[in-house]
Amino acid sequence: MRLIIPLAITFTSGMIMILNFFIPHQPFALLGENLQEWYMIVASGAIFLGSANLLHVHFRKTRLKLKNWKYSPVTIVGFLVMIVLGLIYGVTENLPFDYLFMNMVAPMGATMFSLLAFFVASAAFRAFRASNWRATLLLTSAFLVMLGQVPIGAMIWDKIPLAKVWLMAIPNTAGQRAVMIGAAMGVVATSLRMIFGIERSYLGGAD
Amino acid sequence: MNRLPAVILLLLMLTAGAAMSQSGGPPPGDEVRSAALEQRVSGPMELEAVDSPDDAGGAVDINWLMEAEGTVPDSLGVIRTGPSGEEELLAVLPTGTLLYRDTTPLNGTAYSYSIVSYYGGEIAGASGEVQAVPSAQWLYRGRVGMMIILVILTGIILFYIESGKKGRELYIREIAGLAAVDDAVGRATEMGKPVLYIPGIMDMDDIQTIASMVILGRVARKTAEYGSPLLVPTSRSVVMSVAQEVVKEGYIQAGRPDAYNKENINYLTDDQFGYAAGVDGIMVREKPAAIFLLGTFYAESLILAETGRSVGAIQISGTAMPSQIPFFVAACDYTLIGEELFAASAYLSREPKLLGSLKGQDAAKLFFIILIVVGVIAATIGQFWPPLESVAEFLRDLVTVN
Repeated sequence: MRLIIPLAITFTSGMIMILNFFIPHQPFALLGENLQEWYMIVASGAIFLGSANLLHVHFRKTRLKLKNWKYSPVTIVGFLVMIVLGLIYGVTENLPFDYLFMNMVAPMGATMFSLLAFFVASAAFRAFRASNWRATLLLTSAFLVMLGQVPIGAMIWDKIPLAKVWLMAIPNTAGQRAVMIGAAMGVVATSLRMIFGIERSYLGGAD
Repeated sequence: MNRLPAVILLLLMLTAGAAMSQSGGPPPGDEVRSAALEQRVSGPMELEAVDSPDDAGGAVDINWLMEAEGTVPDSLGVIRTGPSGEEELLAVLPTGTLLYRDTTPLNGTAYSYSIVSYYGGEIAGASGEVQAVPSAQWLYRGRVGMMIILVILTGIILFYIESGKKGRELYIREIAGLAAVDDAVGRATEMGKPVLYIPGIMDMDDIQTIASMVILGRVARKTAEYGSPLLVPTSRSVVMSVAQEVVKEGYIQAGRPDAYNKENINYLTDDQFGYAAGVDGIMVREKPAAIFLLGTFYAESLILAETGRSVGAIQISGTAMPSQIPFFVAACDYTLIGEELFAASAYLSREPKLLGSLKGQDAAKLFFIILIVVGVIAATIGQFWPPLESVAEFLRDLVTVN
């Protein structure tokens, strides 16, 4: 039963969603909508689970003074302050919750995002080394794309921006589409494996 | 000076006359309205009402045109006449609207529709009446091609699964990233450092996250066998719950349930960059020897992969997001590109049925390659020879989903 029930649920839900995609008639449309709503309800309920886990892990770390425990009180205080302010004042504009979100959370997120520029530079420095002919090809095309993106490229030679457009529109798009088609095949195969109960490892040890 | 009373009298008479003329005549607004109604107001024409296609019924699509000549009306009204003959104003729409969907009719009942134009609060024009009967459809017309393809695909995959079950030898090329999983876990064990597993930032309704959970089960079994701690920070609560179960089962299968530590599979935050910051912090503090980045990633991919590289970890990444693959290739030791992520479970388990599905997946890909090549040739030669253009058109329709 430990195996049959999850497999039956997976098969039924999977088939309903496939039929819902191809058949607009009732009851498939309604069943498909209901399943999606159920997922939303489960996911919403799981938010409490996540919050409880977060508090449990950091309270435990603080209480037992585990490695790097000093960061945990910061997390707990930040979490509780945001929750309390949101519950007392609400989350609409120009209120304490919104003020903290806009002036602390958003800038911190932007800071993390901006780090990407430096990481791109360091990754590009490593990747663009002419170690063999394929790497040289990559280096050359990357150089052309970067040069074509900035005004100095057109000043050096007016065909460089055109080369950039060609590289992005033809070889790059072809490569991306190849990856997408392959991934789509993988998605279909994985879904079929799960729906038909061939792939069972996500059920843990229920073989 | 003798004329002064006469002038005052004249002024008083003029003022009174003006006041009388203002209070005695019709109000200026009515004058304007009357004048407006005399103008020709543009009215609706060529009204059509059809059953909404590809739905479960209960909807009628109404569209119309407006006369080019005449004054623009203030608004438009949609009027429906039911089977009992009772007229009902369904909606008042702003000028310029040319279509409306009635979502309230009953299936199988005939309704008449007309559009009226309003000007100055009055009905200034009306279209003729048209009839429509809403009904439910059994098939999305624009998805028939996709259904045929899915049936072919399913047939191919099931055929190879059966072949696998019968014990037919199936060759699967080596995937370096997957072959390195054991080495990565072994390295972490030798160094006495933890293994960090990052399942992407999407929820369990994303197939890449599901594929990642399947690989996590195998990694968990290995870490349990080798005795290395496994850290799984998640950005979704549902993923955390599933990951806890998957890892727990992996440890049970390896015969090491005592080594399972629930606290190591924890929830950080749903926020994309908050999660990236949290995971970066774990990398810098814990210095894992092996990092797995498998699942759906967006802009945080390079932030995570570069930080992982900076702490000297061996990194195995995999995603089907085409825009993130170059970042992983540049920053990680091994990268599972697109479909390889979905092949991991079959590759690692070597189960004949799963390998069969993998072979079927490859055969299906070959089918699509042939379809693409035929389509490209037909579209190219079709420029000069029209019969081939229709072949290209057919293939285009087949793979287009509406």
